[in-house]
Amino acid sequence: MVADNIINVIVAGIGGQGVLRASDIFGQVVFAAGYDVKKSEVHGMSQRGGSVVSDIRFGKQVFSPMVPPEECDYLVVLEETQIESNVHRLRPNGVLIKPDSIDLTKLRNKRSINVALLGVLSTYLPDLPEELWLSAIRNNFAEKLHQINETAFRLGKSSR
Amino acid sequence: MNAATALQPTFQPARLLLSGNEALAYAAYHSGVQLGTGYPGTPSTEMLENFAKLGGHAQWAPNEKVAFEVALGAAIAKGRTVVTMKHVGLNVAADPLFTAAYTGVAAGFVVFVADDFGMASSQNEQDTRYYAKAAGLPLLDPSDSQDAYDFFAKAIEISERWQLPIILRTTTRVSHSKSIVTLHELPPPLQPPHFVRDIPTYVMIPAYARPAHARLLKKLDEIQEWNDSSISSLQRVIPGDSSLGIIASGIAYIHAREAAPHACFLKIGMPFPLPLETIRKFVASVERCVVIEEGDPILAEAIRAAGIHVESKPPLYRLGELNVQKVRKILNYDISPDAAVPRGKPPELCPACPHRTVFSAFQSLNLIITGDIGCYTLGVLEPFGEMDTCVCMGASIGMGLGMRHVLPEDQARRVLSVIGDGTFMHSGLTGLLEMVYNPPPTGHIVLILDNGTTAMTGLQEHPGTGRTLDMHATGQVRIEDVARGIGVQNVIVFDPDPKDGEENLIKLVKEYLVKNDTTVIIVRRPCILSAKKEKEYKKVIPITEARGGCHGCG
Repeated sequence: MVADNIINVIVAGIGGQGVLRASDIFGQVVFAAGYDVKKSEVHGMSQRGGSVVSDIRFGKQVFSPMVPPEECDYLVVLEETQIESNVHRLRPNGVLIKPDSIDLTKLRNKRSINVALLGVLSTYLPDLPEELWLSAIRNNFAEKLHQINETAFRLGKSSR
Repeated sequence: MNAATALQPTFQPARLLLSGNEALAYAAYHSGVQLGTGYPGTPSTEMLENFAKLGGHAQWAPNEKVAFEVALGAAIAKGRTVVTMKHVGLNVAADPLFTAAYTGVAAGFVVFVADDFGMASSQNEQDTRYYAKAAGLPLLDPSDSQDAYDFFAKAIEISERWQLPIILRTTTRVSHSKSIVTLHELPPPLQPPHFVRDIPTYVMIPAYARPAHARLLKKLDEIQEWNDSSISSLQRVIPGDSSLGIIASGIAYIHAREAAPHACFLKIGMPFPLPLETIRKFVASVERCVVIEEGDPILAEAIRAAGIHVESKPPLYRLGELNVQKVRKILNYDISPDAAVPRGKPPELCPACPHRTVFSAFQSLNLIITGDIGCYTLGVLEPFGEMDTCVCMGASIGMGLGMRHVLPEDQARRVLSVIGDGTFMHSGLTGLLEMVYNPPPTGHIVLILDNGTTAMTGLQEHPGTGRTLDMHATGQVRIEDVARGIGVQNVIVFDPDPKDGEENLIKLVKEYLVKNDTTVIIVRRPCILSAKKEKEYKKVIPITEARGGCHGCG
């Protein structure tokens, strides 16, 4: 899957939706899988309901922490309104993962949309073992939220 | 955490995915730093918070000047110290900074400053490297989290060898990006702090300051020579195709490696004092040499001033952050403007934020509002549009007073200053002194929006919250007591209740706008985001058991 190439993933959404949580989880997955990884986002004002975007890049050796324009392989958008301001970053044939990539009626807790869409992302990256995803998810949530997030992840994973 | 345990940090080798700020916190902890102090500011804030989480002794000071002075005192008393702030914070701390370069220090003193090119959350994009040159202090410029960890240790080493404070400068992407860090053993800590009287070194009266200035220049010459030698290890040459050489430091180096994978590189770790002989040799070894740097062309200008021919970036790239694409364009002499990028959704005040009541009230009052720095600055955006100035921490009060002094009475009476509780603690006090000392003929009104936290930077404690950085109960400064004590004529505490707060505030402000008095209205209601933190605090540390205990019963 990866060889010498860098894989570029962008997670985008609105402050409070769990963009940073999702990118933290994904960063831990690829780190645990043994890749070089860099992750970058802008903090601060964006916490107040504004757009939040997080770049994650992994591969054999990653330099810049920011995904260069039109080089994004997978764009994960947690809210439809944020597609327009980010879709230009996708490379030709890049993959857009958005809320309706899953059956939203089956998502028990709407707040776990971030983890559900990571489940969709995982289907495009079959070299990353499921156990690494699940353990990164567990590391990022309190124990009482493990079950609901694992279910959300599996929902996303079974969506394609 | 007491001084003795801080001297023996537990070290376990590990490989971790860390942000630059987290890496700095680990490095400070592993270096046995005995006191960390600072003032929160994006993108520097998480360094001190993580240092505290690891077990380090960390404190938020009321502002950066006080933080710097606390750290300087500790370092003169032979305690290893770090002080943290954002770029504009260094303006506040600049007074002690310049003379600390004369006094020097007795133990490692790292001044960590985070620049915010691109202004993710700042009012300007000043370049801290100018301060290094202006004050005469060495400056290190890490490129990623591993550099941040390694350079912190180097900073301690340099600071102790030359007994000088040292600036460790990051930029937004170094502080906030995560990359892999291998932790390793750092230099052994010193002996415990103790004070040795040394009047000519630490008392900067002119008679002692004159030789101190000469000492500083000599130290800088020595550091430059050391930085030029291979022992420094702060510079690195990456061999490649000699048709293109790139000199770069900080995040710009990382972008350039990706943009020009076949070029030769000279990575600069210490941009001041600059290793000019190393640079001269590198430039002679390549056909074309380009300096790639974020911010102002400081490296390029210093290199050219030494008579070495290098290319610099076009002025366009003094603005904002660099990235891989911009570096490619610089290398290709492409000065076409960057493609317009669609803007995301701007930030706004939270749906149930108490500041909303205040800014809704302002809409009915036809005011001239001198504003300040914090969440409430968002009151300038739609749907409110109720702020006329925002310059720096604390400026609201002085600027409002200045306007009232010169404006015709009908306009002067409409001027109101608005400032938050954290910003008031930081630098609003002196503005209030000015209001009492030089009141305009129409008096003045200051609204202090007290939400009980430093909200914008992520809910940090401050002297008004009654809690320390690590959530222990401590002395609490009450704004109303301060205002009364200073001599403000009317001091009112007001609750912006969502039910009738707007209406009542309109009435209250109208009542005092017509008077010629000095007035402070404290609009008090907790930040809705801090509710969870407050609950946790009450659960963990009952006030009677917290540090200092309860003295309520006398």
